[in-house]
Amino acid sequence: MITRRNALKSALFASMAAPALIRTASAEEAKPAVAAGEDLSKLPRRKVKLARPPFVHEHDQVAKGGPAIIEFTMTIEEKEIQIDDEGTMFQAMTFDGSVPGPLMVVHEGDYVELTLVNPETNTMPHNIDFHSSTGGLGGGALTLINPGEQTVLRWKATRPGTFVYHCAPGGPMIPWHVVSGMNGAIMVLPREGLKNDKGEPVKYDRVYYVGEQDFYVPKDADGNYKRYSDPGESYADTVEVMNGLVPTHVVFNGAAGSLTGENALKSKVGETVLIVHSQANRDTRPHLIGGHGDYVWETGKFNNPPEKDLETWFIRGGSAGAAIYTFLQPGLYAYVNHNLIEAVNLGATAHFQVEGEWNNDLMQQVVPPSPISQG
Amino acid sequence: MSASTCIKALMILLCVPAMLPDIARAEASGPTTVMIPAGRFDYRSSGEFLENGYPVDATIEEVVFEEPFEIMRFQVSVGQYEQCVAANACRERLGAGRQPGHLPATGISFRDASDYANWLSEVTGEKWRLPTDKEWAYAAGDRFIDDAIGVEKDTANPARRWIARYSKYASLGSQTDPEIREPGAYGANQFGVHDISGNIWEWTDTCYSRKRLDGEGKLMSETENCGVRIAAGQHRAYISFFIQDAKGGGCSVGAPPEYLGFRLVRERPVGIKAVLHRFRKVFSGPE
Repeated sequence: MITRRNALKSALFASMAAPALIRTASAEEAKPAVAAGEDLSKLPRRKVKLARPPFVHEHDQVAKGGPAIIEFTMTIEEKEIQIDDEGTMFQAMTFDGSVPGPLMVVHEGDYVELTLVNPETNTMPHNIDFHSSTGGLGGGALTLINPGEQTVLRWKATRPGTFVYHCAPGGPMIPWHVVSGMNGAIMVLPREGLKNDKGEPVKYDRVYYVGEQDFYVPKDADGNYKRYSDPGESYADTVEVMNGLVPTHVVFNGAAGSLTGENALKSKVGETVLIVHSQANRDTRPHLIGGHGDYVWETGKFNNPPEKDLETWFIRGGSAGAAIYTFLQPGLYAYVNHNLIEAVNLGATAHFQVEGEWNNDLMQQVVPPSPISQG
Repeated sequence: MSASTCIKALMILLCVPAMLPDIARAEASGPTTVMIPAGRFDYRSSGEFLENGYPVDATIEEVVFEEPFEIMRFQVSVGQYEQCVAANACRERLGAGRQPGHLPATGISFRDASDYANWLSEVTGEKWRLPTDKEWAYAAGDRFIDDAIGVEKDTANPARRWIARYSKYASLGSQTDPEIREPGAYGANQFGVHDISGNIWEWTDTCYSRKRLDGEGKLMSETENCGVRIAAGQHRAYISFFIQDAKGGGCSVGAPPEYLGFRLVRERPVGIKAVLHRFRKVFSGPE
């Protein structure tokens, strides 16, 4: 009996063993007839150009008009990336070249139509599982493509919220691809935009996407991180570290320090910022040092009223959450995973640089550091 | 004739090796050094300064070095440090792998650097010690990077200074280099001191201090904390004495040193023991 898993394994084997055999797709062949459940031909279509995280592509917060088919293209890229400032090099697998993949934004009732491309330069089959879609293993069952192939998947965004997507090519490949960086998030906004607990509209001036990633990098006998020539070469060693469940790196946006220094996130006093935070594999607990979550959808699902005034919020592994905050004070803020060992020692720290006027009513240094007074 | 003049005269007689080329001297006693000439310079003071309670840039003072002093031409190398470890006088460096011995030693705490100085002094019979921040800044010469923030005191908005400092350090941080380079890779300054302000910060003997000034810039009081020492480099870093790797993110926003290493100053031999030791070495030839 051919189980799905066996089928995937053989597909995997075939692509590994003889990539030349599948290099056939012409432009004609690459246009498969996607059977639609209903007539979608009258729906308007819109193409979206994705942005590299932490930035998010342009979008309306309140939908203009009725549902549409939103077209995205993502190219899978296996590539070596640097994941810390010590120069540790890592064989990553990425959606569209970044860890995490880009944040996609649509509205409830829209159709997401994704063209997924696996270039010949890659070595492995990949697919995509959208937690926000319904059926077909989140789309994973319909999107497994080998190097040199592409596919188009369409699904209806029926539930508003922030959701993870990730690669899930079967068996032990699933966790490995996910912790190699192959994950991202989609935000399905309510058509009328976000609402607070009283049902009043909530608008944001800026949105940032923070994708948290746990990496498991093998070390050599001297304790130095090992470098590999391709993902396959790293597999056996990496699985051993993975199975210990202790990550060597816990980072935001693909590398320790990717959202600090000159890449620190910018804002100003009075500005309202939406932070979408995803973790496809492991629990995390974002905290804004010196600030709060005014409205937080901890589980990320907008049909539930947001929690208010949070200090720290919990993002379950395999989910994305959303938090809104209006900055009230200028200065530097650290946005961290408040497991502080992971934040400071393993890398899960971002910085906000906020311009504006200081509010003495909220905080004031009454006595600067001075000698301890006697008597 | 004063005592010090007497000693100077004695030194001219006995310190002939100081005139020999570096190589010969290195063989005679310990690491290669450079002579920093006597002179004066404008010194951006170390420590944090408060003026009427508000943070300001450190004051600049004119510092005079009446005497030349000797400082290592290169940072202490892996091989040199390993000798101290082998003698059970120094702890293992952090991340001590199979690095080539000629590379500069990193993963060094203030305590490690001090232990090495004590051991080297013991072995050579000379007085080796960490430089003060003042000496380091002077010996850094044209490689010294002023770490003033350059923002006017702002009594209404403390955040302006935080952001300015962050931006300054962030632009420095973007030039960081994770690779430990060959000695000499960062070049020499006008004195021939190599690799100043590269990616390895160097421990100094100077303690953290906070100085409180009045409106006229007069020092009112000072707090010193010798649990925290200055590591000098692209900017001053204030680091606890037991830390071997200062990297990290979190609340302490800014650019931490890439690596921690050190170089030492050799004091001019004054004790009779040192003089005799040196005398013996000169006449017995290289060991």
